[in-house]
Amino acid sequence: MSLAHDAQIAVRPAAVSQRPTRTWPEVNNPAAWIVAAILLIMPLIANGFFLIEIFASTLILGTIALSLMFLAGYGGMVSLMQLTIAGFSAYMVAVFGVSGNANISLGWPWWLAVPMALALATAFGTLGGALAVRTEGIYTIMITLAIGAAFYYFTNQNWAIFNGHTGINTVATPHFWGVNWRADIPFYYIVLAVAALCYFAVEYLSRAPFGLALQGVRDNPRRMAALGFNVNAHRVAAYAFASFVAALAGVLQVWNYRQISPGSVSVGACIDVLIIAVVGGITRPIGPFIGALIFVLLRTFALDFLVRLGLDGNRFRLLIGLGFLAIVFWSSDGVIGLWQRWRQRQRRGADSTGGGRSHG
Amino acid sequence: MSRFVERHPAWALISIIAVAVMLWLIFAVWPPGLEQAIGRKRVFLNALFNGITLGGLYFLVASGFTLIFGLMRNVNLAHGSLYLFGGYVGYAISSSTGSWILSFIVAFILTALVGVLLQVIVFRRMEGQDLRQTMVTIGLSIVFADLMLWACGGDFYQIQTPNWLIGPVELPLVTAIKSSGEPVYLRYPSVRLVIFAASVVIGVAMWLALNRTRIGMIVRAGVDDRDILAATGVRIQLVFVAVFAFGAGLAGIAGVVGGTFQSLSPGEDIRFLLASLVVVIVGGMGSIPGAALGALIIGLAEQLGSVYIPTYAIVVTFLIMVLVLAIRPQGLLARR
Repeated sequence: MSLAHDAQIAVRPAAVSQRPTRTWPEVNNPAAWIVAAILLIMPLIANGFFLIEIFASTLILGTIALSLMFLAGYGGMVSLMQLTIAGFSAYMVAVFGVSGNANISLGWPWWLAVPMALALATAFGTLGGALAVRTEGIYTIMITLAIGAAFYYFTNQNWAIFNGHTGINTVATPHFWGVNWRADIPFYYIVLAVAALCYFAVEYLSRAPFGLALQGVRDNPRRMAALGFNVNAHRVAAYAFASFVAALAGVLQVWNYRQISPGSVSVGACIDVLIIAVVGGITRPIGPFIGALIFVLLRTFALDFLVRLGLDGNRFRLLIGLGFLAIVFWSSDGVIGLWQRWRQRQRRGADSTGGGRSHG
Repeated sequence: MSRFVERHPAWALISIIAVAVMLWLIFAVWPPGLEQAIGRKRVFLNALFNGITLGGLYFLVASGFTLIFGLMRNVNLAHGSLYLFGGYVGYAISSSTGSWILSFIVAFILTALVGVLLQVIVFRRMEGQDLRQTMVTIGLSIVFADLMLWACGGDFYQIQTPNWLIGPVELPLVTAIKSSGEPVYLRYPSVRLVIFAASVVIGVAMWLALNRTRIGMIVRAGVDDRDILAATGVRIQLVFVAVFAFGAGLAGIAGVVGGTFQSLSPGEDIRFLLASLVVVIVGGMGSIPGAALGALIIGLAEQLGSVYIPTYAIVVTFLIMVLVLAIRPQGLLARR
């Protein structure tokens, strides 16, 4: 009794004193407004190729990586199955919706197929999460990697639902209110809206009671359990939320490419999501998007760049791997961490109080 | 064993019945009704033997992985790359010299050297930082995979089986009775049997070395509490390097084995990494007998599954993992 009482006394003042400084951090940050404005007027700046292949792809991949960042950064659970959940959701859109493979697709309209896909993918991710929370730390990585790999091999083998290694092609995209929502500009805005929604949802959740409890669970599960929090329930709920975010990105992904095949859910692609999140930085929601931008730029232009340097253009993955290694070796917090360290070095001398790790 | 029976009489009864049914299926001549229901006995026996020999291969890969984890708590996700590297080295040696045995020796030594480099350069620097080690080994596996793709291309390679192992042997297991009343015996590729026997020998030797020798005693003490062990004056870093080299070398040997009865190509590294992950999750991290049991279960499930339920074979493997995690999260034979 007294312990719970003490805890409340200890927690309350901290929460109250932090509330005013912890309103949306973007509001007072001019850089955030500039980025938002640029993203909004992007269709005026960039043409179709850049708009879709670079920026929309970045936002979609960034959203998938954001779900990993939420789990890893706030929950301390590195899940390698986030891409698998996105891929599952993409497959479900193709299976329930309209596609070129009439013998598999059920032909539901998109407004029925998409919620179904989201619900199933969230359920899938939550079940996987419930399995993964039975273990901790590195075991989580191994189990989620095993789930991802099993799904990849399963889609390759199964012809009844997933159509084997050819996958499902020419998936229909939504048309309503007289707009073709897969045309470049409307699609870009859909992607931007979903990515922004997920970003702010993660941002909000990280400061909501649930997010704070989750961070408590990450830092000291035993103490949280002693305080009366159900540790595993918090973890599973985090998986459910992250699965929903990943599922949203999966829907966008299948609309973007209009097809889904086992190649999109391969183990390499699962690991790419981890690379994106880690390179960007897994302590803040903006990190995954930065990582995704770097990854997409490298993926698109590394070939030309390497050829121009007189090297073999096919060594793109080597470049990614070495970059990832360098980041992991020298900065535990990705590009954001490097940036912050650089800023601190600039500011050194004035004051050195802002040195600690900052979460969200 | 007897304690297990006392504690879990129901499980013991179930496993005894399962073993009895299995033995009957293997040794008895199948009645015609059974053959009609689940197919010919030859198919079943072949799948069974393939599963057991595949289990032997999985054991070779996973035992190194689990040994390294058990002693040093290092999760080496580049273990699959070591497997593939050993396979390519073995292929290069066997195709240039024609000696199958030599390819094993060279593959063992070279992958062990890579393992030593990994331990000294990577793992020693970040002792105790599990997550960072995992990330670094993931990065390394990407780099290794691309380097090997660069060097060897995307082709399939198969290591030539030596002449003295080509061809089947006849096993004293009756698959069917001819209408003339003459029994038909099972014929099985001898190379697979030899490789399986070798992996059993390696497994038993490892168990003996761990449980009956001084070095094994040091390693076991290190698994339990490495700080105290270091305080007693054992040069623990030397032990770490040796164990890492041995585990990596086992992966290299497994690569040669895999290259002989399957094939080598980019992507096999991930496949065997996954296999060893599932095997050690099922068997229990850090336990050599666990790795053996897990490898046997997974190998059998994969082969029997691909014969009897072809499109869902991978799901069976996965379900076994889920079941183990649900009932015994630490793995079947883990000590915790």
